[in-house]
Amino acid sequence: MDFDFITKTFVRLLAALPLTLSVWFLSVVLGGLIAAGVTWMRVSGVKPFEFFARAYVMVFRGTPLLIQLFVVYYGLASLPALRASFIWPFLRDAFNCAVLSLALCTAGYQAEIFRGALLAVPHGQVEAARACGMSRLLMFRRIIFPIAMRHALPAYSTEMISMVKSTALVSLITLWDVMSIALKIRNDTLVTYLPLILAGAIYFVVNYIIGAGFLALERRLSPHLRPRPS
Amino acid sequence: MSAETPALTVDTMHKSFGQLEVLRGVSLTANDGDVISILGSSGSGKSTFLRCINLLETPDEGVVTVAGETIKMRRRGDGRAEPADRRQVDRIRSELGMVFQSFNLWSHLTVLENLIEAPVHVQKRPRGECIEEARALLAKVGMSERENYYPAHLSGGQQQRAAIARALAMRPKVMLFDEPTSALDPELVGEVLRVMRALAEEGRTMLVVTHEMSFARDVSTRVMFLHQGLVEAEGPPQELFSGSTSDRFRQFISKERG
Amino acid sequence: MGDLAIFGFGQGGWGLALLQGAAMTLLVSACGLVIGSAIGGLVAWARLSGKLLAGGVGQAYAALFRGLPELLIVYFVYFGTSTLLTETAHALGHEGFVGVPSFAAGALAVGVISGAYQAEVFRAAYLAISRGELEAAVSVGMNRALLFRRIIAPQVLRFALPGLGNLWQVALKDSSLISVTGLTELMRISQVGAGSTHRPFAFYLGGAALYLVMTIATTRFFDVAEARATRGMRRAMG
Repeated sequence: MDFDFITKTFVRLLAALPLTLSVWFLSVVLGGLIAAGVTWMRVSGVKPFEFFARAYVMVFRGTPLLIQLFVVYYGLASLPALRASFIWPFLRDAFNCAVLSLALCTAGYQAEIFRGALLAVPHGQVEAARACGMSRLLMFRRIIFPIAMRHALPAYSTEMISMVKSTALVSLITLWDVMSIALKIRNDTLVTYLPLILAGAIYFVVNYIIGAGFLALERRLSPHLRPRPS
Repeated sequence: MSAETPALTVDTMHKSFGQLEVLRGVSLTANDGDVISILGSSGSGKSTFLRCINLLETPDEGVVTVAGETIKMRRRGDGRAEPADRRQVDRIRSELGMVFQSFNLWSHLTVLENLIEAPVHVQKRPRGECIEEARALLAKVGMSERENYYPAHLSGGQQQRAAIARALAMRPKVMLFDEPTSALDPELVGEVLRVMRALAEEGRTMLVVTHEMSFARDVSTRVMFLHQGLVEAEGPPQELFSGSTSDRFRQFISKERG
Repeated sequence: MGDLAIFGFGQGGWGLALLQGAAMTLLVSACGLVIGSAIGGLVAWARLSGKLLAGGVGQAYAALFRGLPELLIVYFVYFGTSTLLTETAHALGHEGFVGVPSFAAGALAVGVISGAYQAEVFRAAYLAISRGELEAAVSVGMNRALLFRRIIAPQVLRFALPGLGNLWQVALKDSSLISVTGLTELMRISQVGAGSTHRPFAFYLGGAALYLVMTIATTRFFDVAEARATRGMRRAMG
């Protein structure tokens, strides 16, 4: 067992973790904002908006992330109209393309989670809020959102973990994330398993932490779902 | 409020769901301290009537006036009626306290938090004052020890008593009860009826849609019997229960008793 | 060539190649799903057995393959099986590198991933079977084999269909990752076409459209299957 090599490899992989995590974080936040907009359109009652929202979810959940990523990174970059426009400096950068593409994808999944969560709010409790004279905004802020958010946590946790795994795809558009470094080390040293195993361990630990974090958050926010105090 | 201005008046209310006309011209006047029981078989429109008063359902026709203030309505482009002033509706709703058949306590808040939610955020009263008043109300309905409990940890009767306290916390001018005991196990009905009786004896103005004949007969000041969307019989309980002129009403109470 | 003609079936048209890629995608995904069912069934059985060791191993398997990036698993399975085969070949006297066919490695990778999720679907489906029905079957004298074949398996299948339909869609999308092994499925064909004609936007968009068609068509299939399988069953909603 060449501990020196193992350590060196591990350190090199860890050095790439910030990139992985920043792609993850930015795409999750941007995706959340887009999803909020899509969900709002979905429940708006305006038919064209609803149609767009449903189509959006269908497209981004019905196609592989990899091809979406390539459409953004390779596809958009090849269009003369875009190369001449003001967003070209933004799209030229692989990091930006990665964040944009991942955000668009997660927005489709997050929108479905939000929609399910809103449906899960018991109608009677919404009526009670109306009967008290709460305005729509107040009702959403104090009643609908808190209840829906608690319903959404488990599915949201799964999606967050799924997004971490999705960041590995950015290795295919020239970004040096944990996955790419692992493959590079393999290419350079011809050691196949170790870099991949160590990279896997890093991803696994990150996912475990996220899962545990969400579980703790769920516990803290749901005393009303635990057994009654004696 | 002067003795002349009724606490609540409803003038010829009509409501249809699609082709089905559920309310076909129902009127009601409630003075301060009136406890009006609204009876009728299912489909008679009694719950709809109550829910139209605080606009949880929108009446097609009819005028609702609460403590002298009339709810302004207007016609939409497609002919359907709607409230003209959202803010007025919210304000009037905060002056009416509603108690639901399925309690509808907010599940993510404790009992105490349920009580102060609307006073603090809708009526914008100081939090300390609302908490004090809430505690007093909880004592009144016998729920003091459970102010930090969540609704999921309470029995049906406890939840409904908390829900009544929540409605009272708004300092309502009129209280609306929509079949408050229908969802309760028989042995829990009594504790809720006791609270409602105490409120009636206090002089609160109450409209109660109910199947509990004992309450209608012994506690209310007036009884209104709806049949197929119209007022079939109305008057003091003694008059109706001991020999009403309405055949349908006599049929109704004999079925309920049996 | 014009944009649309690129996708045609004539000379220089990529239509046929793309469709062949799509067929390959369907095939490798289906094989992956079947492998996943076998693994998932095994893991579910281990977890339901009540035996600590088997249950623990099952849970560990599921946790492991749900916590690792799918791309990593594809690489691992591809390189791993190739190395295994090469070592075996060396032991048998053959020289040089022996590669595992990318179809096999790809299907296995998809299966290994899918199995981790299918295990949970099967487990939940089994637990959803009413105890009363099992008791009734036992009390008429069914032995364990008959009980499994006539009562448990059909019911598990019925309850599992929605989850499996969802996992089929996931398998379809995961199969795009097998492109890194060179397998000529739809993703790879799109890539080759994009590079060859210097029209990445058209090809990747076209490929995405084909994936969408496959997703929609197969969802319809699963909806129909679910409706037929659950006719006569009372459900909480719908």
